Amino acid sequence: MEKFGFALSKARVIDYDANDRAIADYILEREPSFGACIECGGCSATCTTGNFTGFSLREIHILLKRGENEQVRKKIRKCMLCGKCSLVCPRGVNTRNVVFLARQAFQKEEDYAV
Amino acid sequence: MQFDPFVIPFNLGLYFILFYAVARSIIWFRELSRPDKLRLQRGFFGKAFGQSLKEIFLESLIHRKILKTNPLLGYMHMSLAFGWFLLILFGTIEADVFGEKHLNPPYKAIFFKFFNPDHGKTIFEAGYSFLMDLILAFVLSGLILAVIKRFSSKAVGMKKTTRLRTLDKVALTSLWLIFPSRLIAESLTSGAYGTGSFLTGTLGSWLASFLPGREAAYPFWWLYSLSLGTFFLLLPLTRYLHIPTELFLIFMRNSGIRTGDKAGTFSEVEVHSCSSCGICIDTCQLNFSAGINTIQSAYLMKAIRNNGETFEIAHNCLLCGRCDQVCPVGIELSPIRMIQRRAGDSEIKYVNSWKGYFRNKQSLPAARPNIRSSYDFLPESSPSKADVLYFAGCMTHLTPSIKNAMTRIMNASGLNWSFIDETGGVCCGRPLMLAGQDKEARELINYNSQIIWKSGAHTLVTSCPICYKVFKESYYLDVEVLHHSQFIKNLIDEGSLKLNFLHKRVTYHTPCELGRGSGVYNEPKEVLRHVSNLETTGFEDENSLCCGGSLGNIMLSHENKRKIASDVASELTKENPDYLVTSCPLCKKTLAPATKSKVADISEIVAEAIASPPSVKKNSVRYKKNVRESAGIA
Repeated sequence: MEKFGFALSKARVIDYDANDRAIADYILEREPSFGACIECGGCSATCTTGNFTGFSLREIHILLKRGENEQVRKKIRKCMLCGKCSLVCPRGVNTRNVVFLARQAFQKEEDYAV
Repeated sequence: MQFDPFVIPFNLGLYFILFYAVARSIIWFRELSRPDKLRLQRGFFGKAFGQSLKEIFLESLIHRKILKTNPLLGYMHMSLAFGWFLLILFGTIEADVFGEKHLNPPYKAIFFKFFNPDHGKTIFEAGYSFLMDLILAFVLSGLILAVIKRFSSKAVGMKKTTRLRTLDKVALTSLWLIFPSRLIAESLTSGAYGTGSFLTGTLGSWLASFLPGREAAYPFWWLYSLSLGTFFLLLPLTRYLHIPTELFLIFMRNSGIRTGDKAGTFSEVEVHSCSSCGICIDTCQLNFSAGINTIQSAYLMKAIRNNGETFEIAHNCLLCGRCDQVCPVGIELSPIRMIQRRAGDSEIKYVNSWKGYFRNKQSLPAARPNIRSSYDFLPESSPSKADVLYFAGCMTHLTPSIKNAMTRIMNASGLNWSFIDETGGVCCGRPLMLAGQDKEARELINYNSQIIWKSGAHTLVTSCPICYKVFKESYYLDVEVLHHSQFIKNLIDEGSLKLNFLHKRVTYHTPCELGRGSGVYNEPKEVLRHVSNLETTGFEDENSLCCGGSLGNIMLSHENKRKIASDVASELTKENPDYLVTSCPLCKKTLAPATKSKVADISEIVAEAIASPPSVKKNSVRYKKNVRESAGIA
């Protein structure tokens, strides 16, 4: 078939039934301020890691809430826990603990799988 | 009379505890690392031994440090410890001098009155009885205070007292019963024989007026012996293990053994030396500003001893180090907390065995399966050559006024300097360490170390005490690490920075990481005295407060941080100073919204005071050119 150089983009559907919100729930239970995020992106703007690589805490927040954990698993290890994000957060989200808990949850998941 | 069955419980308890002490000491000694064993041996035959004896007398018996912080509480501890010690000492002498023969078994001394009921008739004997009564009265006065404290801690000047487990309560009851039962037993016996001094004699003759002394005394002698025996049997399972353990702790510490970063004999001895006196609870800002009173060091020690859940206790702490300063036993509380935070990565853990009478070392799987480089995205660094490096740190990038002030100071100093993280650097690694993730932190440390090595600098200046502490302690660098307050102090001393006097009234807030954390107290204050009128607050040096923003606490909510910050700010701005000065960007950021007063970093005050206008920014221009070249722009 002739290649036209463009294609139909894949349907971008968020399937909440298939997605796993376990990690988001784990975090929310231990750090209730996780729910206060308005996804303003202040954290990503100030991020030390984000200065070097495409790391965005806002993105991670959104992915976790959607339950798309696989995309977060690797990314979350890039954070340096410096805490700048929690100082700029207008909603008082303890972002540092969110990352800490997310790492812990992934670790527990992996330990359990092994 | 030589023997009576009622002494059996006491004897059982006593010989059990002696045997136990020997067994546990051997286990502890065997688990010491080789260098620590050598330290201990050297300490035993050296100066440390004398020092330890002195310290044991002053701290374990007299409780000097508690007396200094809270005289009433100190008296309570002193009368129980020192009084009991005197009672045993003089009791043994009494039994030896006045008994039928010399070198008696211990029960003869403890129950002397029972075996020698008519002792105290001659003048000399009566004098000795008076002394024994006096000591018993001394102990009992402390006991009364202890009972009052248990039911109303405020009465002895404590805001909070520690909560107890059931076993602790049983041991506490048996401890409380020891001295009153001795008093009544001795009094009844004395009353029956017409002996005893002002306490036992008076009480005895009154009791004997309506009670058959000899028969009534016997059950109390049993009670006395039983409570002693129970107390000894339960001692290893309860906080009272601190009584023998503290002696080991003092001796080990004087021999030069320190906690380090792994659980081991010394941290075990420290954990068991905690008497749960509760002084750390009173000094904790989480307690008195944020109302969190479950996570203080006394509770951490208790949770470790009982194999309880330590995760939240270990992490919900500002690591300000205020409790380390006031702990009367001198336990290194923050290092122990850090060991608990690293627990996931550490290879050693202690678990209770033999119903809690002993604790076994348990080896955990050393490495985790998915430990891989997290920070491989970091670019290759090529810093410009300079003599002095300035590392602002993450927090300083959030407070640009500090960064700008430091740039002015650096330029005014005329040094060949370079700003290594001008465009945003890599974190120093301390925040990761504080979260117990040392392996990740090590990657950042290696990365930053490379930049510093490549620059060929001899001095590294940082504006952030958090960075300062980690550069100083965990980096293996061949450069002099200075906090900017020390650096400014040096510049002033050398005369390379000319400053005006500002005629401003300032108060100074010592950041935890710089003060208690790194021992830098004086340099910032000297700098401030040089340029302004520094006023004192009630919270100087070791007694300084934590702003509440500490990265040490990953769990503390925004609201609680704000509560702590506003308490601190209101304390420090009581006298309405022109500036509340600190030397930490994070403290500044935390305190600024909590007060109406102006909050400034020490560098901003100094930059304002610079006498001559800054010279042409030669170095900075050259630095920028270098950056462009290295980035391939120029």
